Amino acid sequence: MSGVRILVGTRKGAFVLTSDGKRERWDVSGPHFGGWEIYHLKGSLADSNRLYASQSSGWFGQVIQRSNDGGKTWETMGNKFVYDGVPGTHLWYDGTPRPWEFKRVWHLEPSPSEPDTVYAGVEDAALFRSIDGGQTWQELPGLRSHDSGRYWQPGAGGMCLHTILLDPSHPERIVIAISAAGVFRTDDAGKTWRPINRGLKSPHELPDPDAEVGHCVHRIAMHRSRPGVLFMQKHWDVMRSDDAGESWHEVSGNLPTDFGFPIDVHAHEPDTIYVIPIKSDSEHYPPEGKLRVYRSRMGGHEWEALTKGLPQSHCYVNVLRDAMAVDSLEPCGVYFGTTGGQVYASADAGDSWAPIVRDLPSVVSVEAQTLS
Amino acid sequence: MIRLVLPAHLRTLAHVDGEVKLEVEGRATQRAVLDALEARYPMLRGTIRDHVTRQRRPFLRLFACEQDLSHESPDAPLPDAVATGAEPLLVVGAMAGG
Repeated sequence: MSGVRILVGTRKGAFVLTSDGKRERWDVSGPHFGGWEIYHLKGSLADSNRLYASQSSGWFGQVIQRSNDGGKTWETMGNKFVYDGVPGTHLWYDGTPRPWEFKRVWHLEPSPSEPDTVYAGVEDAALFRSIDGGQTWQELPGLRSHDSGRYWQPGAGGMCLHTILLDPSHPERIVIAISAAGVFRTDDAGKTWRPINRGLKSPHELPDPDAEVGHCVHRIAMHRSRPGVLFMQKHWDVMRSDDAGESWHEVSGNLPTDFGFPIDVHAHEPDTIYVIPIKSDSEHYPPEGKLRVYRSRMGGHEWEALTKGLPQSHCYVNVLRDAMAVDSLEPCGVYFGTTGGQVYASADAGDSWAPIVRDLPSVVSVEAQTLS
Repeated sequence: MIRLVLPAHLRTLAHVDGEVKLEVEGRATQRAVLDALEARYPMLRGTIRDHVTRQRRPFLRLFACEQDLSHESPDAPLPDAVATGAEPLLVVGAMAGG
């Protein structure tokens, strides 16, 4: 019997939500690691019972947890994230040099084929990899030592590496995104990297609006069947690339605002994409107090508001960059979590929505696992 | 034998209840106690002091005998009452709301 497992990271612990293929009734497990910030947890495509979780705290720092039984039990793994060589400096908010300092893991990306291989995107921005199931971590230093690295600056949320896309058709190609440095790609498994930000424009944030680096990219999504097409939610603008990031063009179209954090792609329709427009700068809640997911069925430009089952008045929550996911059941399920603690699910590709839970701690991340 | 009191979150992480009792080789110092703690409970490495610099994490303090020992040298001898197990060494997290 097919089913789905939703992995929810919050400011005060992790929750695991499970349902059968109908996705009508849900079992809620948690909090796991109560009181700790869970920036992200994600399962392996190669072994659905293998989960990794990033657990952190202002008092005790970073902890990595691993489950081999789908989240029933957890084991503490290695937490030694040490930059390769002499770390050097990047730029601070005020433009002065500042030494690189590890703060936390924002995103864990398990290999689709090797359960013991997992990548970690961290703050201050760097990419680490473990090939022993999370026991030890090694930096892929070619990214941070790129010529532009000493000029990278944090966004308001910190200088985080938040997106890691592993290209299924080119195993040595990885696309990552950093706030606020932009998008980088390697085609040699992480030895060398180059910025791929051509076409991005940031006139309100950068002195040179189309600079090679410095763009505040919030999230990138890719459909595994078509990895050369990338969709981006930038600080402002929803963007698309049809050449694996070599160039980008805007597809914001008729969105009520093109600011937002998450973006994702339908599991079975590579041109159907989802965003959640948010009012900004600084408000960071839905326009008009109406929580609306917007769906484009043609890869951007033309968007429809999805509102059935979502609050259409007095709603002032945010949806963070890692807090939306899709399952691969039929019809495709879509999920997102809010800073107000709700996790909403749609079992019909976004046509209608219902909350799975309403009162969790502020949600940071949502991932969906389809179980067979 | 040294008695060590950990904050609740670290007790959970280490799967221990109550005080931790540690045998320390040689002179009892903060460094020796934390080395012994991390050797027995590897999951606590990096949570009290930095992996590389060995500096105490900024939101943690070390108390004993109604004294704040946080700014003592990590190689200074601990009070006799701690070294003999009469009094515990406390790892304390900074107070914070939220």
